[in-house]
Amino acid sequence: MSYPENLKYTKEHEWVLVENGNARVGITSYAQDQLGDVVFVELPEVGTELKAGAMFATVESVKAVSDVYAPVSGTIVEVNEALNDSPELVNEDPYNDGWMIVIELSDPSELDNLMDSKAYQKMVEEGGE
Amino acid sequence: MAEVPKKTPLYDTHVKNGGRIVDFGGWALPVQFSGIKEEHNACRTTAALWDVSNMGELLVRGKEALDLLQMILVNDVSKIYPGKLIYSPMCYPHGGIVDDLLVMCLAEDKYWLIVNGANIEKDVEWIQPIVRYFNDTVFENISDSIAQLALQGPNSVEILKQLTGYPIDEIRYYHGTQDVDVAGINCLVTRTGYTGEDGFELYCQAGKGSQLYEAVVEAGKGYGLVLAGLGARDTLRFEASMSLYGHELDENHTPMEAGLGRTVAFDKGTFFIGSKALMKQREKGLQVRLVGIEMVGKGVPRNGYKVFDESGEKEIGYVTTGTYAPYLEKYLAMAYVPVEYSQRGTGLSIDIRGRKVPAKVVRMPFYRREVKKR
Repeated sequence: MSYPENLKYTKEHEWVLVENGNARVGITSYAQDQLGDVVFVELPEVGTELKAGAMFATVESVKAVSDVYAPVSGTIVEVNEALNDSPELVNEDPYNDGWMIVIELSDPSELDNLMDSKAYQKMVEEGGE
Repeated sequence: MAEVPKKTPLYDTHVKNGGRIVDFGGWALPVQFSGIKEEHNACRTTAALWDVSNMGELLVRGKEALDLLQMILVNDVSKIYPGKLIYSPMCYPHGGIVDDLLVMCLAEDKYWLIVNGANIEKDVEWIQPIVRYFNDTVFENISDSIAQLALQGPNSVEILKQLTGYPIDEIRYYHGTQDVDVAGINCLVTRTGYTGEDGFELYCQAGKGSQLYEAVVEAGKGYGLVLAGLGARDTLRFEASMSLYGHELDENHTPMEAGLGRTVAFDKGTFFIGSKALMKQREKGLQVRLVGIEMVGKGVPRNGYKVFDESGEKEIGYVTTGTYAPYLEKYLAMAYVPVEYSQRGTGLSIDIRGRKVPAKVVRMPFYRREVKKR
């Protein structure tokens, strides 16, 4: 299981990469492992406004359905269309090609509410949620 | 019910092999090892191995054993002879299904019923009171003393050949042989399965289960054998359109509604429980039936999702099993709908979390393996 140090994390197992004032968001390696083989990702549309904590995507594995929540508030400026045809990217490369959306931050201070890699790893290893 | 799930004799072996253990109908069993898709596709192309010791084994023997089975089962058990198996639903008087099971004839007065793990107690409670009406007939639940493995996939024959001198490829489909020495362990070997592939089910004493499993794993090296869990077992049987009790089969549906009309032997010449109701249904015609559905729009149909007509306005049924079919790479479902919607090609929609997604009725089985002529 990997927990890249350049990312921030939520309790619900999303990761955030801050780049140029935007937040790229996906689900963690732990989350994809728990889900198993991802076979479908339902993504929102560009332009959708999100409040931190709002559900924005649904990831379905062979056995389970799981919602994905916005780690921060803002407007969606990009979605990973590649997941429509290749949902398995979420399993194969959760931190890179398996990204889901890019959010233009409306309140960058919300980033302070997220965990760093060490804190997230600790949470997962202590039983997660 | 916070009961501790039961462990099969292979529990420790699964943990050691990295199986992800879940509670399945009261049994602690691995849902997956390497991943459902990989396990599923290995079974279709090479081979896969399961511990299915949660399945129940009920022994019926005595002078009137056959008469008892003819009474409680809808199929014609008189058709089988030592070494032959038959599949049958077991019905209530109203035609709903108690359980579906395999019967193996071990001797003229000795039969084995192989029943669903989650239904063992219910089946025993159903059958036990009926047994006393039959002379010199004994009924015994031997489930706890038996371990069962399923070796499935095109390489199954080659793998099993490594472990026994018995001419294993001579066992025909739905036949079995007792006292086969497999890796030094006395086994009952049947050419049956629940995956849509060729393969075997191996039964041995519970205490020998792990040893047998390890021997098959060893023999499978070089033949692409993978360890498989309940997840792939479910997707494989689903893709092959085989019914699962609690999903397609239950006390509210008859075998005919479930598409198992061929298993109801109205002509077997003896009364059987459910025959009156089933006969009546046959005369009146079906109201609902199980159909295969393929998604036209994007989305994964899931167990319990509501089925609507094409316009999305009228609710007409529900999904009994739905998921992604890993080998066919399609989003498929089985569902009960009124017969007027059961024609192949009929447009429907599935309510996927509030969204009505277009779908259509398709032929079952979704998957059928190519059978090599021999």
